[in-house]
Amino acid sequence: MSALPTHRRRTAFAVLTVVVLAGTGWFVTTEVLRARAEQAAPSAVEQAEDVLAGPHVLFRGTAPGDLYGRVSAVALDDLSGPREVTPVVCDRVDSDGETTVCLHTRRGVVTTYEAEVLDAAWQTTASWPLPGIPSRTRLSPDGLVATTAFVSGHSYATTGFSTETTVHRADGSDVSGNLEDFTLVVDGEEIAPVDRNVWGVTFADERTFYATVQSQSLGRTWLVRGDLTDRTLVTLLDGVECPSLSPDGTRLAFKHDAREPGTATPHWTPAVLDLDTMAITVLDTEDRNVDDQITWLDDATLLYGLPRADEPGTTDVWALPADGATDPVVAIPQAWSPSVVRG
Amino acid sequence: MTLGVVSFLTDVSSEAVTAILPLYVTAALGLSVVAYGVVDGLVQGAGALVRVAGGWASDRTDRPKWVAAVGYGLSALTRVGLLFAAGLPAIASLVVTDRVGKGVRTAPRDALIAASANPRNLGRSFGVHRALDTAGAALGPLLAFVVLWAIPDGYTTVFVISLGAAVLGVGALVFLVPDLRPRQAAWLRTHRSRESRGLPKCKGCTCEAPGGLQLTGRPFSWGFLRRGATVRILVVAGLLGLLTVGDGFVYLALQDRDGFATQWFPLLYVGTNAVYMLLAAPVGRFADRFGRARVLVWGHVLLAAAYACAAAPFAGATTTVVALVLLGAFYAATDGVLSALTSALVPADVRGTAIGTAQTVTAVARMAASAGFGVLWYAAGRVDALWIATAALVVAVPVCAFLLRKSAA
Repeated sequence: MSALPTHRRRTAFAVLTVVVLAGTGWFVTTEVLRARAEQAAPSAVEQAEDVLAGPHVLFRGTAPGDLYGRVSAVALDDLSGPREVTPVVCDRVDSDGETTVCLHTRRGVVTTYEAEVLDAAWQTTASWPLPGIPSRTRLSPDGLVATTAFVSGHSYATTGFSTETTVHRADGSDVSGNLEDFTLVVDGEEIAPVDRNVWGVTFADERTFYATVQSQSLGRTWLVRGDLTDRTLVTLLDGVECPSLSPDGTRLAFKHDAREPGTATPHWTPAVLDLDTMAITVLDTEDRNVDDQITWLDDATLLYGLPRADEPGTTDVWALPADGATDPVVAIPQAWSPSVVRG
Repeated sequence: MTLGVVSFLTDVSSEAVTAILPLYVTAALGLSVVAYGVVDGLVQGAGALVRVAGGWASDRTDRPKWVAAVGYGLSALTRVGLLFAAGLPAIASLVVTDRVGKGVRTAPRDALIAASANPRNLGRSFGVHRALDTAGAALGPLLAFVVLWAIPDGYTTVFVISLGAAVLGVGALVFLVPDLRPRQAAWLRTHRSRESRGLPKCKGCTCEAPGGLQLTGRPFSWGFLRRGATVRILVVAGLLGLLTVGDGFVYLALQDRDGFATQWFPLLYVGTNAVYMLLAAPVGRFADRFGRARVLVWGHVLLAAAYACAAAPFAGATTTVVALVLLGAFYAATDGVLSALTSALVPADVRGTAIGTAQTVTAVARMAASAGFGVLWYAAGRVDALWIATAALVVAVPVCAFLLRKSAA
């Protein structure tokens, strides 16, 4: 190569530049046109009115097309039936029928992330910025809002992976600050592992909640009971991730890491913990990797989202009996982040 | 200059991918927080240690261009891989390969910059290179987010653009950068003086023989590590590295304190990079005049000021911006200047290894600093932890200035 004279090498580089620019330009143009066409195409979903008036499940719609990402609702007694589509777009959503929490990504040259509290008319009543990609949110009956976002740095920023989980009131005022700053109590002793991370809050009442605390250096993923008044997190059990309290308050559904020993990445299987007996039932009739904060449809059924393997961006919400008696079935097609509004 | 363009293109390529990787892994592939943590940890670890190896290979072969080309090529290949990678293990191994490529190329590239620069303008030459490099690092993520804005699931498009930029970067290196042989050049310089004195070009060799000059100069030796000047620079780099706790913590402290920083959190590093980019060349030139060692050491005062700014109890946009400006100025005063200083201090035949070693010492010390600071962060609280780091820097800077006093000339 270096044997070539300078002008030949310059020509070669010019040719390479033209080829690369032309190739990349062609690809980008076709992709932009494809995306425009897809976004403009009507989503193939059956729509209905007045679903929101009765008991319903609110979720993020993931049918490709112009309604992609729009928060939608289906009637509680007809989950796979027609949906009412709202005007708002959210990544994660939770609702009690009156108030709705919406975590969303503001795309742009500058992409930012935000948590919004919406009223029944889908108007924003409060909002606060999130430091990274939205992950989980829960709304308590008393109007507390828990949000978890990834704090993903940059390769020059060396803190590595981290999450930020906070509790706000529905009016936007901060209740807890970052939950990582709460006192962590393990077997009666206070510890402070440097790499601790908190996520997946589920509220028990206006003061108590359950959540996950992980320390990768200690190799622990604890279920903790949190206290917003004392600002403490007390560990209950290792190996319980992303808890979700059942409507009757007796059980927690969570992600159980069922990976083969020696595997680098986790394989999460849904499981249920009985809070009285602390007995765990692993629901291995679901053999796929479930990475979601599970929701209870009722006291006997779990809901969670799974991506479609062959359709990027499209997900389905699946239902699984809480005793694992039968196989999972699709409950709401083309949906994500379900929130049950019992009315 | 051409090397700057190579780095610019490569950084557009790698930072475009780095910026959207968390989104891609979590949103498009449906993997979790923890899975992303695995990838991120690998990114941090892989780069530092191969740098010495890259520098050593470049010194041994006296072919820094081609060692750098291997590194750039390796990273470009991972972009092809990204187009087809599906699962986390595949992505993780591509990320590691990319960082290995980065580690391999850094030291030989800096050796090339040193070899092609006028020794009196070393600081400026490194500054110009770092400015272009950082411009790429700032442009890459913006480009990536513009693509995702236009095409919501446009990850493949970002990867294709990234591949294009990487290929152009390798092309510019292979076609446009001269194949300098620093060791041979140094040898020729010594022997030209013999020729001008009317002596044969070298003792006991016939330089006119076909096949050209055979190197009889010193073979590569690790002996440079024992020289006082090198030891001092490595000690100082290590010491100051141990007090450099990672921008991430500064960003987190700012973000924890006010909503302005939270809203712009994903962009704080872009602000830092923009300042770095603007100041790298002027500060490099300043270092050439004023003394590279002095600028390197006193640049850490800027870092101390940035920590103080992040710790100070005045929330708001102003302190956030000032902290970013100080951080950027700190990088301008230290990163390229360290390579320039090291290049000037050691003989040409060990330059690559010396630069690689200095960078690795800094990187490893900074990793240790971040880990240690993490403990402090939780033990003392973020504000006190930052004040402690500030105080430690204020003490360490004069000490390091004293240590480097002699080499400054």
